[in-house]
Amino acid sequence: MKKVLFSLLVLILSVTAVFASGAAEAGAEDDGGLIRVGIINNDPNESGYRTANDADLKRVFNEENGYDASFFYSLRNDEQIAAAQTFVQDEVDYLLLSAAGTAGWDSVLQDAQNAGIYVILFDRTVDADPSLYVAEVVSDTNLQGQTAVDWLASQNLDEYNIIHIQGVMGSSAQIGRTGALNEMVANNDNWNLVTQQTAEWNAETAQQIVQSVIDAGTPFNVIYAENDDMARGAVAALDRANISHGVDGDVIIMGFDCNKWALEELLAGRWNYDGQANPFQADTIDGIIRNLENGIEPESKTIYLVEQGFDAATITQEDVDKYGI
Amino acid sequence: MTAPGNVAGVQKLTGLFRKQIFIPIAALLVLIIFNLIADPSFFEITYAQNSAGEPVLSGYLITILDNASELAILAIGMTLVTAASGGQDISVGAAIAISGSVVLRVLCGDNPRPEEMQASILTAFLISCLVSMLFGAFNGTLVAYFNIQPMIATLILYTAGRSIAAWINNNRLPIISDPAFGYFGTFMPGIPVPTPIFIAIICMIITALVLKFTTLGLYTQAVGINPNSAKLNGINPSLIKFITYVIMGLCVAVAGFIKVTRFSTINYSVVALDIEMDAILAVALGGNALSGGKFSMASSILGAYVIQFLTTTLFKFNVSSSALPAYKAVVVIVLVVLSAPTVREKAGKVWRSIRSAKAGKEAA
Amino acid sequence: MQKDSVLEMRGISKSFYSVKALQNVDFTLREGEIHALMGENGAGKSTLIKVLTGVYQKDGGEVFLKGHEGPVSIKSPEEAQKAGISTVYQEITLCPNLTVAENMYIGRTSGVITKWREMNAGAAKMLESLGIPAKAEQQLGTCSIAVQQMVAIARAVDMECRVLILDEPTSSLDESEVAKLFRLMLDLKARGVGIIFVTHFLDQVYEVCDRITVLRDGKLVGEYAIENLPRVELVSKMLGKELNDLSEIKGSGDGVGSDEVIYEADRLSSVAAKSPFDFTIHKGEVNGFTGLLGSGRSECVRAIFGADKVTGGKVMMDGKPVHISHPRDAMKHGIGYLPEDRKRDGIIGDLSVRENIILALQVLEGFFGPISRAKAEKFADEYIKLLEIKTASTETPVKSLSGGNQQKVILARWLLTNPQYLILDEPTRGIDIGTKIEIQKLVLKLAGEGKSVTFISSEIDEMLRTCSRLVVMRDGKAVGELKGDELTQNKIMSTIAGGEK
Repeated sequence: MKKVLFSLLVLILSVTAVFASGAAEAGAEDDGGLIRVGIINNDPNESGYRTANDADLKRVFNEENGYDASFFYSLRNDEQIAAAQTFVQDEVDYLLLSAAGTAGWDSVLQDAQNAGIYVILFDRTVDADPSLYVAEVVSDTNLQGQTAVDWLASQNLDEYNIIHIQGVMGSSAQIGRTGALNEMVANNDNWNLVTQQTAEWNAETAQQIVQSVIDAGTPFNVIYAENDDMARGAVAALDRANISHGVDGDVIIMGFDCNKWALEELLAGRWNYDGQANPFQADTIDGIIRNLENGIEPESKTIYLVEQGFDAATITQEDVDKYGI
Repeated sequence: MTAPGNVAGVQKLTGLFRKQIFIPIAALLVLIIFNLIADPSFFEITYAQNSAGEPVLSGYLITILDNASELAILAIGMTLVTAASGGQDISVGAAIAISGSVVLRVLCGDNPRPEEMQASILTAFLISCLVSMLFGAFNGTLVAYFNIQPMIATLILYTAGRSIAAWINNNRLPIISDPAFGYFGTFMPGIPVPTPIFIAIICMIITALVLKFTTLGLYTQAVGINPNSAKLNGINPSLIKFITYVIMGLCVAVAGFIKVTRFSTINYSVVALDIEMDAILAVALGGNALSGGKFSMASSILGAYVIQFLTTTLFKFNVSSSALPAYKAVVVIVLVVLSAPTVREKAGKVWRSIRSAKAGKEAA
Repeated sequence: MQKDSVLEMRGISKSFYSVKALQNVDFTLREGEIHALMGENGAGKSTLIKVLTGVYQKDGGEVFLKGHEGPVSIKSPEEAQKAGISTVYQEITLCPNLTVAENMYIGRTSGVITKWREMNAGAAKMLESLGIPAKAEQQLGTCSIAVQQMVAIARAVDMECRVLILDEPTSSLDESEVAKLFRLMLDLKARGVGIIFVTHFLDQVYEVCDRITVLRDGKLVGEYAIENLPRVELVSKMLGKELNDLSEIKGSGDGVGSDEVIYEADRLSSVAAKSPFDFTIHKGEVNGFTGLLGSGRSECVRAIFGADKVTGGKVMMDGKPVHISHPRDAMKHGIGYLPEDRKRDGIIGDLSVRENIILALQVLEGFFGPISRAKAEKFADEYIKLLEIKTASTETPVKSLSGGNQQKVILARWLLTNPQYLILDEPTRGIDIGTKIEIQKLVLKLAGEGKSVTFISSEIDEMLRTCSRLVVMRDGKAVGELKGDELTQNKIMSTIAGGEK
């Protein structure tokens, strides 16, 4: 019995420790004219993208800018929903939400609406009636893929033999970035997929996939990796086999997410293309809130972030500093 | 009548069926034969230069040996943990993130992109060993002294580990530009064999020496099989369990070091993701009971190479991304079922009855 | 099938790998009889029973049951149970973490819904009618071994069996409990149940049995009516040789010891042995702890060995104060301890005979001093020969040995450490008569070599044969010490019962 009690205790402690990191920042009562926002986000440690996203939100939503912001982080949907419930009970003015999962949000969003709280989704959308939120500020991953594939097509190669390294299957980034390429390959005889496999965002797995193609001796001239890490893994395999890549190289390297180090690779000419996944959503959200405070509803529910692709031939140091995350 | 030599042969084979190491060996053989038939070039090894002008060996076999290194090292720790505590450490992947993060933090200091390393690589490695062993000791304390189920106890670090790893480097992603750091995860200049292979071999040798020159093997097995008896024979079961978790921590540190030196950087959320499952699988493929007790270290390590062999084979045959997990699952199910002791026992019996039936026919 | 028999087994054979465990064995059980199945360890008793209950599949032969046309085939214990064959095994095979009632009804409730109230009431009634001191809702693991054993019997009895197999049921029971069990057996016999009784206790065989079947080395020796087979003949049939009078193994003056005190405890107590006790043993002495089950005799020796947390008292060895708080301390001071429950505390089942034999010595040699394989083999071979341990090889897992041979392995383990003081807690429990005598002789031989031995046994005559001094325990306290002329059955009984007051 003692043992059971003890293990329960440890579990409870560990769980509260996880909660505390988010909850400690919540619950400020006195607003003094500040706009109260509750922000539910994924764990900033999840990726460089998320870290930049969180930093950007913190840059905008603070007292200097007239906000009283409370943050909650979790990678788990149920914990996020519970936190949303708390924010609704605390009667925040705005609920900003980047959901870990798409399902199960209806009732809490309905509660928010009943309490007169504006809900703004950012980065990730949910499966709920659009009337339950005022706006969603999201990336158009299909467009990200399309931009990249259009850029690749503009290279005017005679033949495209592509190693396609996918992210975690079923994630929205994977679906969007894969879609455009699949369509292009299906419609053009000179576009071939040498291999199409998932490395689950993992550099090492990507390296193994490319290594496998090299060991098999199959020719290829493009690596289309759905994030920067996987592109890096792919390049490591090329370096090991002494295959040139980047500007003036034999193999075109494409990545996504615009990590700072990745843009530096571009600047150095070792990679060719990097597509942006814009984590800087705070200014857009800030704009929406300012308008709502003045009684202006956003024109459209879905607001896509501007996202560009960078070409090694045209990228500058300023771009690296400005867009690198 | 069968010749005496034949009978001895049958007995030897029957014995082999019951030997633990039979399953990973058989699995390896099946994979090798399959690849031989499908495409003999699988076994080609080429000698060429890499982009830095250094000589390197490459080929599928090298890829397998290289990439299985971390898993083989982790299998060592996981085998001991399993044997002594009758449970598994599921925090291994997260702990690797921590140990890798520590290495980078020590080398980078406060600047995530240092021109020069702030400490020697050895110092960084030793500090990360220390930190990893401390986390191992944390797990070990919960398991050995508070009698918490290993999976529950290590769930804590599993949940928190990657956040801790990110916190160690203030959420930044350090990158080491000094090529010397990368030698450990890629190639030493002038040596054509990937360094991780050497590191794995060194770990195996050390393990073999430890098992030979200490009673760790006997003690862990005794504690895992019957802690009451072990205690009455003067062994301290809690201490032994604790020690296995600290050793696991050391294995994690080495594996983490290889991981960060492969790319001279880290990604907290995906580095060594799910590697604990592969490490547990390696132990199971080696025919070791996951409920603890008797173990065969060689079988576990071989199990790790089987897993990597399988992964590489699947890459080679270009199995589509969505089907990959299904293929892996089928193979794993077959292997795990075959490696279950009851099945091995049955296989031995069937083999014997086939032989004796044949012998009977010949006699008639 | 004969008219009055409930069970007939004809020409049963069974081999394990190359070992022939049973060769062409016949066995007949008649209605309303208690039939003893006798034989040394490894004679094939357990195998025969496991074939009958479907645990093992026979290689040859036929089994007939009353009420069944032709030979029946029993493929699993469940089928055996359905056919009316119930078994109570030597080692307790119930689930310690379930309640007594749950254990009695486990696997027998039909349907998904368990009627807890009915189950508990039924169990309580059964327990009461058998006089078993346990509550239906009590967790089984909290009961003593004896009570657990009786619950197992109650479970079997409650299943309205036609054939009841009792495999060494009495080895963990004290005499009053045995008497209770016998009353129960006679009751069942009167109701026409055929009972197969496997035991090592000759007295018990002659007390309740009607017929004896003797096995030796997997072969049938014969079936005898009890009145036609005197004890000496039974023993010689089991052993396959004539035996000296059993009571004559101790020469006069053996095991008395010198004046030199080896071990002395002053008001020693532990978390298990709560009331402090004093104890002294001399060089070359064989002493015993006796008392009913639960009287605290095991707890005392465990305190001596440091097996339970020591809570107080002083210990002197060779006249010098020593501190023993862990078994390892005791071992370093030359104490060895063979525990009462060899399955739970003694053997390390999956490890080989060799590893089990060297274990204690290995611990003494230390973490960094592993015994080489060659040396370990040598030790193992030496003791396998010395104690005549029956094992296929030194590599055989110890759990596949018979109970007696497992016990010898543990004995070998301690002898190998060359202890100056050896504690043997029930070393002969569940062991055949031949091995028992060997162990008794060995104890006296050790004493002759100047070692001190504490010998604990439930069988008083065994204690009388080996010990020169007896500490009598009752309710956790030492209530008397007997030696010399006082060492008689009657005196011991009266002291145990509190007659000296």
